Amino acid sequence: MSERNNERLSVFKTYKLYVGGKFPRSESGRVYEVTDSKGKWLANAPQSSRKDARDAVVAARKAFGGWSGATAYNRGQILYRVAEMLEGRKAQFAREVADAEGLSKSRAAEQVDAAIDRWVWYAGWTDKIAQVVGGGNPVAGPYFNLSSPEPTGVVTVLAPQESSFLGLVSVLAPVIATGNTAIVVASEKAPLPALSLGEVLATSDVPGGVVNVLSGRTAEIATPLAAHQDVNAIDLAGADDVLAKELEIAAADNLKRVLRPQPVDDWSATPGTDRMTAFLETKTVWHPTGSLGASGSAY
Amino acid sequence: MASAFEYAPAPESRSVVDIAPSYGLFIDGEFTEAADGRVFKTVSPSTEEVLSEIAQAGSEDVERAVKAARRAFEKWSALPGSERAKYLFRIARIIQERSRELAVLETLDNGKPIKETRDADLPLVAAHFFYYAGWADKLDHAGFGASPKPLGVAGQVIPWNFPLLMLAWKIAPALATGNTVVLKPAETTPLTALFFADICRQAGLPRGVVNILPGYGDTGAALVGHPDVNKVAFTGSTAVGKEIARTVAGTRKKLTLELGGKGANIVFDDAPIDQAVEGIVSGIFFNQGQVCCAGSRLLIQESIQDELLDSLKRRLSTLRLGDPLDKNTDIGAINSEEQLTRITSLVEQGEAEGAERWSPACELPSAGYWFAPTLFTNVTQAHTIARDEIFGPVLSVLTFRTPDEAVAKANNSQYGLSAGIWTEKGSRILAVANKLRAGVVWSNTFNKFDPTSPFGGYKESGFGREGGRHGLEAYLDV
Amino acid sequence: MPTTASPAHALADVAASESTLRRFLHGLPGVDAVGLEARAAALGTRSIKTTAKAFAIDLAISMVDLTTLEGADTPGKVRALGAKAVRPDPTDRTTPATAAVCVYPDMVATAKEAVAGSSVKVASVATAFPAGRAALSVKLADVRDAVAAGADEIDMVIDRGAFLSGDYGKVYDEIVAVREACGTSARLKVIFETGELSTYDNIRRASWLGMLAGADFIKTSTGKVAVNATPANTLLMLEAVRDFRAQTGVQIGVKPAGGIRTTKDAIKFLVLVNETAGEDWLDNHWFRFGASSLLNDLLMQRQKLATGRYSGPDYVTVD
Repeated sequence: MSERNNERLSVFKTYKLYVGGKFPRSESGRVYEVTDSKGKWLANAPQSSRKDARDAVVAARKAFGGWSGATAYNRGQILYRVAEMLEGRKAQFAREVADAEGLSKSRAAEQVDAAIDRWVWYAGWTDKIAQVVGGGNPVAGPYFNLSSPEPTGVVTVLAPQESSFLGLVSVLAPVIATGNTAIVVASEKAPLPALSLGEVLATSDVPGGVVNVLSGRTAEIATPLAAHQDVNAIDLAGADDVLAKELEIAAADNLKRVLRPQPVDDWSATPGTDRMTAFLETKTVWHPTGSLGASGSAY
Repeated sequence: MASAFEYAPAPESRSVVDIAPSYGLFIDGEFTEAADGRVFKTVSPSTEEVLSEIAQAGSEDVERAVKAARRAFEKWSALPGSERAKYLFRIARIIQERSRELAVLETLDNGKPIKETRDADLPLVAAHFFYYAGWADKLDHAGFGASPKPLGVAGQVIPWNFPLLMLAWKIAPALATGNTVVLKPAETTPLTALFFADICRQAGLPRGVVNILPGYGDTGAALVGHPDVNKVAFTGSTAVGKEIARTVAGTRKKLTLELGGKGANIVFDDAPIDQAVEGIVSGIFFNQGQVCCAGSRLLIQESIQDELLDSLKRRLSTLRLGDPLDKNTDIGAINSEEQLTRITSLVEQGEAEGAERWSPACELPSAGYWFAPTLFTNVTQAHTIARDEIFGPVLSVLTFRTPDEAVAKANNSQYGLSAGIWTEKGSRILAVANKLRAGVVWSNTFNKFDPTSPFGGYKESGFGREGGRHGLEAYLDV
Repeated sequence: MPTTASPAHALADVAASESTLRRFLHGLPGVDAVGLEARAAALGTRSIKTTAKAFAIDLAISMVDLTTLEGADTPGKVRALGAKAVRPDPTDRTTPATAAVCVYPDMVATAKEAVAGSSVKVASVATAFPAGRAALSVKLADVRDAVAAGADEIDMVIDRGAFLSGDYGKVYDEIVAVREACGTSARLKVIFETGELSTYDNIRRASWLGMLAGADFIKTSTGKVAVNATPANTLLMLEAVRDFRAQTGVQIGVKPAGGIRTTKDAIKFLVLVNETAGEDWLDNHWFRFGASSLLNDLLMQRQKLATGRYSGPDYVTVD
């Protein structure tokens, strides 16, 4: 945080985790030094432990029923509210992004604008994705048959290491738009925009636990999350190849859905639906229609 | 069942199928011996008769087959979709023409009743090829963007419970989307896959597009681990599925898994009872319960437990167990000695843990692998037989008091493949279906399948969908 | 509501009032149409061959209510029918007799004479068959007339209008009254005209209503409407008699009628009986086929089994 006013000593912000709608410090009591791209001290960020990860999973699981059960319209309203809240704090985020990524003020502002627009984009998707990827199936028999997407559950998201805010929003928003709850592991070296996003989410009607933000050493936090039996999926966007492979192996223990790291040249490009469908299950429901076709039952 | 009206034996004729004494691997359009000359025998589980001797593929054969598939990929993927479609339509038609032969063959090799191979497996196999044939030239419209590309060589490993149907589920979408395949059928049921190779020949399918490698688990492991395989599709046990997921970790191979299940079949007090009984029976005794989506946990609302169990037991007493080729057989043989041992051991564990075992009076043939239809009452969520997949004709009966309790118990499983709901109340169906964490929910029916209907699991039942538009995604680079 | 005493069994209280009757009938488990039809179709795939087929054919012949219900019926036609019922295949005396002949009330006396000295019963449709649209007094007179002429069995039709308008008490009372008019000598078959009841739920309710009111048999249809006996509606009625006996100890018969023309069809129905109600119903005291052309097909198939050659229409009698 740079000094903005030479006439008074500024008030530093204590960055905290965001877990279950609250802002705890790491249970480990550890922090680590976060610097800007030139190595200047910015803040001490909480260095989360495996226990913080565990608490985040508990919070995310607790929130899942309500969030996945909310109407898609309601989720859309809330995601749009996030955009509204961010719009009012653009300056803060632009500053944090500029510091984190070494961008000029205007470039950082562009990133923030794009991130806000991304929330708006996904806000609009909440009540459309089911129509795009679900639908009726014309089975050859007297049955009504409908496939609908449903959220996978609790998703661990390793946020991109480089794009501290636009990248973060681009991987987080699709996960929660569809009704999943998330544990976000912030960019290791640039966690501050992510931690600040927690403050925005807390005031945007996003229920506590829907998004949980952890900062610290990515590998240290991600390893227990990849192995956690109550996590349903993991997005490895922020993992390097070696870590990604280790985590994918660990994730096999309960057959987590794994989204492997994919090269992203430009986070500002309009995303497709892939990041939503990666964390959707398809449920197909059958019911007799009341008239018999050619086929009979097995017995 | 003892009755004045005894059904005389009505065996389907075996003469419609001509099984050769030995079969090779099918690589690059030709049958060939295994590089190391190994063979194994496939037996009829209902009689233990040896049906044929089969070449057993080793890693060298996997190498050859993947190479052949890779060579074939270039041309096959470049064919206009409309041409690929016609090959698949040809295959579908030939399967229809040869369906009696294939049904008898499947029954011999697998042990399941001819009634099922004739009325369920084979019609679904042909339908699956028909369905995906039609997609081959319409992929631009499938919702995956313009001109979605195939992945390349697909390594596919399938189980023994629906040998030809699982082959269809794997091969039809793979070919329609322009991939080439190397498929490993299960070691106990290789025959229909090898006959399918002959159907590919009749259809004039270009060499190398489909390769069939019979073998055991090590063959499958070599296939899924092969560096030049772009796509891995597996149907089988959850344990093996996890191993495969670890194998492909860190690669770019696309993976879909269709694994185990412990499906809850929930019967509410306002259910259409007689149809529910039929659904329970087909849910757990279809294919001797050797079905990943079997309704192996029956959850009955307590207020109708006695009535429903009486009806169910009466119904089970009418099941006819015996010669799978007899057209009146309802319950055939267990697929292998190994599977029979597993079922027997889990059932013994159920008894040891205090559940109450019941079977109808039922005479088992002296040769072959057989297990009587069995149900367990006094089962709780803590019993092994309520948690582990038995993969046999064994039903665990539990009770519940409220819809919430039913949902909680149904979801209390590492699996999430199938579930059933029986009630005449529409809103209850929709509410419960919504809360069940399962990929397929059958309401007032059970064990229905269709090529247009996506199938696959939540949680440890695997990921990806087979069937329908959704089934294309597994084979496209999207 | 009921003016006569209800049958004495565990469910006697059900008909105590219109509301208890309605509550009971509407409390019966629902029927899922697709599941029911699928089960009937699945049982239809049973393969009945050789000895089992021979057994089934003779059993089916013995269960036929050989029927003529035409405006053009004459004593001559009825006498011919009676002779055929007593001795279906003149060339093979091992052929069993049919269960009954079924005629209009004014033909009962003629029919009695025609089957005299045999095991063949005479059944008569009554109660303003087939519509059932007449005053109760007229219906009862119709019944008494047939019984007085010697009818062993009365096939009555229910008032479908009353049933469909929810007036279950009226339907119940009529059955009870007809039952009484049948006296002790005649067994009562109650025809629901399932094709007009339209839904399987209604057929299940009608079955229980009929059984509660004292029917000896429940019967699908008159043969005079578009949809008559089907495997599915017969299966449903077999479930009803099975469950009724389980609850009351009272066994009731079932008679599908109309539309069953071939041996193959008849055997499918016998499989339904065998695997639903059970072997206790595999007897013409408890199961009948209301049919006319079916008998000749059964006879031709019987000849085929006996000789190994396919028979033809010239080798069975035209009646």
